[in-house]
Amino acid sequence: MEIQDLKNVGAQVRRDIVRQVHSSQSGHPGGSLGCTDMVVALYFNEMKINENRNAEGFLEFVREGIGEDLFFLSNGHISPLFYSVLARRGYFPVSEMSTFRKINSRLQGHPATHEHLPGIRVASGSLGQGLSVGCGAAYAKKLRKDDRFVYVMMGDGEQQEGQVWEAVQFAPHHKLDNLIAIIDWNGQQIDGPTEKVMNNLDLKAKYHAFGWDTVDLDNGNNMEHVVESLKQAKEKTGKGKPVVILMRTGMGYGVDYMMGTHKWHGAAPNDDQLLVALNQLPVTLGDY
Amino acid sequence: MKKYTVTDKKDTRSGFGAGIAELGRSNPKVIALCADLVASLKLDTFIKENPDRFIQVGIAEANMIGVSAGLALSGYIPYATTFANFGSGRVYDQIRQSVAYSGTNVKICVSHAGLTLGEDGATHQILEDLAMMRAMPEMTVINPCDYNQTKAATIAIADYDGPVYLRFGRPVMPIFTADDQKFEIGKAWTVNEGKDVSIFATGHLVWEAILAGEMLEKEGIDAEIINIHTIKPLDNEAILKSASKTRCVVTAEEHQLNGGLGDAVCQLLSRNIPTPVEMVGVNNSFGESGVPAQLMEKYGLNAKSIVESVKKVIGRK
Repeated sequence: MEIQDLKNVGAQVRRDIVRQVHSSQSGHPGGSLGCTDMVVALYFNEMKINENRNAEGFLEFVREGIGEDLFFLSNGHISPLFYSVLARRGYFPVSEMSTFRKINSRLQGHPATHEHLPGIRVASGSLGQGLSVGCGAAYAKKLRKDDRFVYVMMGDGEQQEGQVWEAVQFAPHHKLDNLIAIIDWNGQQIDGPTEKVMNNLDLKAKYHAFGWDTVDLDNGNNMEHVVESLKQAKEKTGKGKPVVILMRTGMGYGVDYMMGTHKWHGAAPNDDQLLVALNQLPVTLGDY
Repeated sequence: MKKYTVTDKKDTRSGFGAGIAELGRSNPKVIALCADLVASLKLDTFIKENPDRFIQVGIAEANMIGVSAGLALSGYIPYATTFANFGSGRVYDQIRQSVAYSGTNVKICVSHAGLTLGEDGATHQILEDLAMMRAMPEMTVINPCDYNQTKAATIAIADYDGPVYLRFGRPVMPIFTADDQKFEIGKAWTVNEGKDVSIFATGHLVWEAILAGEMLEKEGIDAEIINIHTIKPLDNEAILKSASKTRCVVTAEEHQLNGGLGDAVCQLLSRNIPTPVEMVGVNNSFGESGVPAQLMEKYGLNAKSIVESVKKVIGRK
């Protein structure tokens, strides 16, 4: 897909995010907006997925994903982004976004397989678990000689979970060089700036020390840079080491009053704030 | 009282080792994972015969559960193995989110459960795991009674599509079940038919229940003994049928009284046919170091305790 087309998808996805969170008056817009460009680039440009359609015209979802690239969202609280991208990509009706976080919905507060929402392979939200699951899926691909890739997105605050480092240790030991992790390094978490809450210090040095290859993405909100970083990461695969993209983003990117602050990590805009946000985000694909 | 011959003595964990070795030969989807306890889990044969289907995760149980979930959603059948203490409480949230809630076909197979772990002491003697796993939606919980039954259960759970917690132990115990038995998840096994009292036992306590039955017989008490190897789903029908006949019940397990087999049976009975129940188990305490038999005696988990409980419950009819 052309960069401009990816940007257009991103703009619509950002509208979807703020509208979902506004509608249920709950959810996590900050990280969702910050990671939009990356998840759009993955699903609309980078990843090979099963393009077969079912009788209703939606993408056929097979959980095993043999022959497909797989994406795991470990920081599951940015679910409105995940749902928007999956719906816009064709896994389920975009109208279903209106049910986000509401009773009897398949769009649970955090991603879940329990309600059988197509596109979701494992539940996430309790932090620190996604990289382990991604390691298992990458290992399975190695066993089957399936040459596709496994992508895992995590938060930077999430790096404080001990289990992350168990998985960080596991992947190079087992030479999972088909695994690409992406860290949303926005420097913010619920209680404040990460360096004040629990300083991650030099994540790049830490991952190197554990035996990973790294890619720096200095602006994860620039679509050209995002696409280029994925290309670089892929070039580093197949060489015995897992790869991590250290992605600097702005929390709340795209909505001026949400940008660069942890205050919109998990807060919903009111009616007036929604209008201000939507005025900054053009309709490109049509609202749900 | 039906006579049971002790054909041999072995540890239930060796039954697991034999079962997974057999699966290694018959089911190419089965993968074994272990957190640095290969010898304790008796995985040597499986690893020797299937080196490519064994994953060493090191001392990192949380990661092992997540890796297992990833393998399972990719179509494999992972057997995640460690001690019961590290495969339950230590990783409860990982099992909850990545396995049970996600419906991944992970088999959590844990050894050294309960007091009979022995000398290592209370840090390792988990006595709350059945309660934790029983409370978790979608989880199947199995606690077989001897080597043969553990082997059969290990093989049977591969054919069941869903998360399983399979619990077994360290000590050498009598083998008294058939070596060619078919293990049916959720189907209780009537060890002895009787009319005066129902003894529902699980795990290592089944053999103690048989010994208790023989002692009771000498005193003219005809005990019905049922092996509840599957704690969840519970065989409601078998329990209600037996309790309706005998009208008093004793439960026996190597576990806390809170939340285990006894609680499950009480819940079932109180909602259907309220029946006097006495429970044999650990009463709200941690274990300690010692030889397994001494510990079972000290904490009241043996035939003698079952006999005392039977007499007490018969008096409450």
